Amino acid sequence: MASITIRGVKKNYAKTQVVHGVDLDFASGEFVVILGPSGCGKSTLLRMIAGLEEISDGTIAIDGTVVNRLEPRERGCAMVFQNYALYPHMSVAQNIGYSLKVAGVGSAERAQRVQAVARVLELEHLLDRKPMALSGGQRQRVAMGRAMIREPKVFLFDEPLSNLDAKLRVQMRSEIRKLHRRLSATSVFVTHDQVEAMTLADRLVVMNGGRVEQVGTPAEVYGRPASRFVATFVGAPAMNMLEGTVTLDGLSLLGGSRKLNVSRTGVPVGSKVAVGVRPEAVRMVAPSTPGALTATVDLIEELGAGRVVYVDLDSAPFSIVTSETVHPEPGSTVGLQFAEADLHFFSSETGGRLDVFKASVPEPAL
Amino acid sequence: MVERTPILNFFTHLILFVGFVFCVAPFVIVAIAASHNLKDVNDVPMSLLPGSDFWVNIKTAWTTADLGPKLLNSFIMAFGVAAGKVIISALTAFSIVYFRYPGRMLMFWLIFITLMLPLEVRIVPTYAVVANVLEPYQAILDLTGLSWLIEKVSGVQVSLSLGLLNSYSGLILPLVATATGTFLYRQFFLTVPDELTEAARMDGAGALRFFVDILLPLSRNNMAALGTIMFLWAWNQYLWPLLITTDQSHAMAVTELKQLIPNVGGAPEWHIAMAGTLIVMLPPLIVVVLMQRWFVRGLIATEK
Repeated sequence: MASITIRGVKKNYAKTQVVHGVDLDFASGEFVVILGPSGCGKSTLLRMIAGLEEISDGTIAIDGTVVNRLEPRERGCAMVFQNYALYPHMSVAQNIGYSLKVAGVGSAERAQRVQAVARVLELEHLLDRKPMALSGGQRQRVAMGRAMIREPKVFLFDEPLSNLDAKLRVQMRSEIRKLHRRLSATSVFVTHDQVEAMTLADRLVVMNGGRVEQVGTPAEVYGRPASRFVATFVGAPAMNMLEGTVTLDGLSLLGGSRKLNVSRTGVPVGSKVAVGVRPEAVRMVAPSTPGALTATVDLIEELGAGRVVYVDLDSAPFSIVTSETVHPEPGSTVGLQFAEADLHFFSSETGGRLDVFKASVPEPAL
Repeated sequence: MVERTPILNFFTHLILFVGFVFCVAPFVIVAIAASHNLKDVNDVPMSLLPGSDFWVNIKTAWTTADLGPKLLNSFIMAFGVAAGKVIISALTAFSIVYFRYPGRMLMFWLIFITLMLPLEVRIVPTYAVVANVLEPYQAILDLTGLSWLIEKVSGVQVSLSLGLLNSYSGLILPLVATATGTFLYRQFFLTVPDELTEAARMDGAGALRFFVDILLPLSRNNMAALGTIMFLWAWNQYLWPLLITTDQSHAMAVTELKQLIPNVGGAPEWHIAMAGTLIVMLPPLIVVVLMQRWFVRGLIATEK
C-alpha cells in the first residue's frame, strides 16, 4: 500500500516532448485507470512510474520517497505487460517465482508462495506447463501471478487485456477488480478502452496529447466532462456535438438553421460554443412537438437490448440510443428532445467546459 | 505454391537423389579405397567392390601417423575454439545490443571489420603477435621512451615477452577473435522482445542475471548451431596450425594427414591415406550427427 505523487513530470525523446508536465496524486489502495487514445503518453507515464523510462523533468514519489533515480526493483512496483512477457523457457511455477529467486528466497519458501499465488489465480494444475502450452487467459493470469508474488506496494497494468477476446476480457476485468479488493494495493491501469476504464476505476485519469484532461470518478467524467475531448472520448456511442453561436434568446445551431431555446448561457452573445448531448439523453418525439429539433433517420443499429438511431440533422451526424421497441423507419422524420440539464457546453476555441448550467452530477469534492 | 502430383513427386525425388549421389560418391570411393590392399588400390580403374583390408589399413594409418595424440590435439583445439567463440560472441553481442555506452558504434564497427579481415589475410601480423603477445606493448613503451626512462631510473631493462607458439592458447585464441558468431547472436538478441527485458528488470534481475537466466537459455539453439559450425571450421583449419606448431606434441590431425600421402618415389600407399582420411573425418561427423537437431532449429527458427 502506497500513495503515488507525480509532480510536473515531463518526458522528452530527443527533441520531441511526449508528456508535458503532469501533476497527479494517487491515494493509497486506490485503483486508478489512465485512459486515452494511443500516443497520448499514458504508457510512457506508467513506464516512468515503473522505472523503465527515465523521467526528463519533475518528480515521482512513492510513499513520499522520490524514486526518480531508483531502479525498478527498488521502487516496490510490479508490472503486468500487454503481451504478458512470460519467460518462454521457464515453467509457470518458475515464471511466477523468478523474482523471488532473484531476491534470494530459498526454494522451500518459494514453492510455498508460488502455491499460494497459484491457488488464488486457479493456476495450480498448470504449474509445470510452459507458457507455450497455455491459452491467452491463462498466460494473463500467470503474468498477474508474477506481479502478485512480490507483494508489491504498487501494481502497474499496461493494457493487459487488449490481447484477449471479448468474452475473456470481461471475465478478466472482474477478476482484476476482485483481486484488487483482496490485495488492496495501489493499482495503476493503462488502457484505451473506455468500457474497461469505466468498469475498473475508482478514479479515472483521461489523457490526451501528453496532458491530463480530467481526473475524477467514472461517474464524474461521464456526467461532467471537463473538455470537449473527454466528452467525445468517454461514452459509446460518442456524445453528439453541435456547433452553435450564442444569441439573445438562446442558441443558433448549425450555421443558424436551427434554434435551441435555452434559458441562460452565461456567455457573451456571439460567442462560439459546442453543445454536447449524450445519445442516451435524447428522446425521440413526434416531429410536430413544440421545441423539438427535426431530423431525418439515416440508419438503425440493433443492439438487442436497445438500438442506436443515427439521424441527419442538416448533414451533421447525430445519434440516439433508445430502448423503445417501436422505432422509426430510415428516411422518416423524427423530432428530438432533450432536457436542458443534459446539455454540455464547451468553448469552440479552447475546448474547455463552459459551466453555465447546473450540472446533473454534483460538483466533485476534490 | 505447393503442388503434389505423382509425376512431380517422382521428379523432385529424382533430383534429390542425383544430388545425393553427387555428394556422397567421393566419400564412398574413399571408403572403398580404404578397404583395398596396395595392389588393388593402384589398379586402373580401381575396383568399386570393397576389399577386405579395411581394418588393417585403419590400424596402419593410425600407427603410421600416430593419430591418437593428434586427434586429441585437434579435439582440444576445435572444442576450445567452439566454446570460446560461443562465449565471446554471446558476450559481445549482449554488450552491443543491450547497453548504450559511448563508443558503442565504434566497437560495433571494429568487430564488423574483423569479418572482412579473416585470419588468412592478416596471418603475418597475427603470427608476430602470437610469437610475442606483449610485443605491441613493448613497442608502445619503446616509442614513448618509457622503457628508456624505466631503465635509467631502476636499471632494469624492459623486454616484455610472452610467446604462444606451440601452445593450445596460441592455436585457439586467434581463431576465436572474429565476428561471425557475434552477428548471429546480435540478430537473435534483436528478436528477443523488449518486454522480456523489462519484465526481468521489474523482477529485479540485473544485467548479468538477465543474461544468464533469460538470454542464454533462450539462445541455446543458436549456441548449438554456432558451436557445431565452429567446431567443424576449427577442426578443418590447416594453414594456421601448420604455421605455429613446429613441435610434434601440438600437431593437428588434419595437418598430419600429409604424412600419410605417398611421397614421390615412395610406395603409392593410397589405401592407407584414405583410411587416415576416414579417421580424421569421423569426429566432425559425430558432432554433426549429435547436434543436428538443435543445429537446424538454431539456424532456421526462433522459438516463440
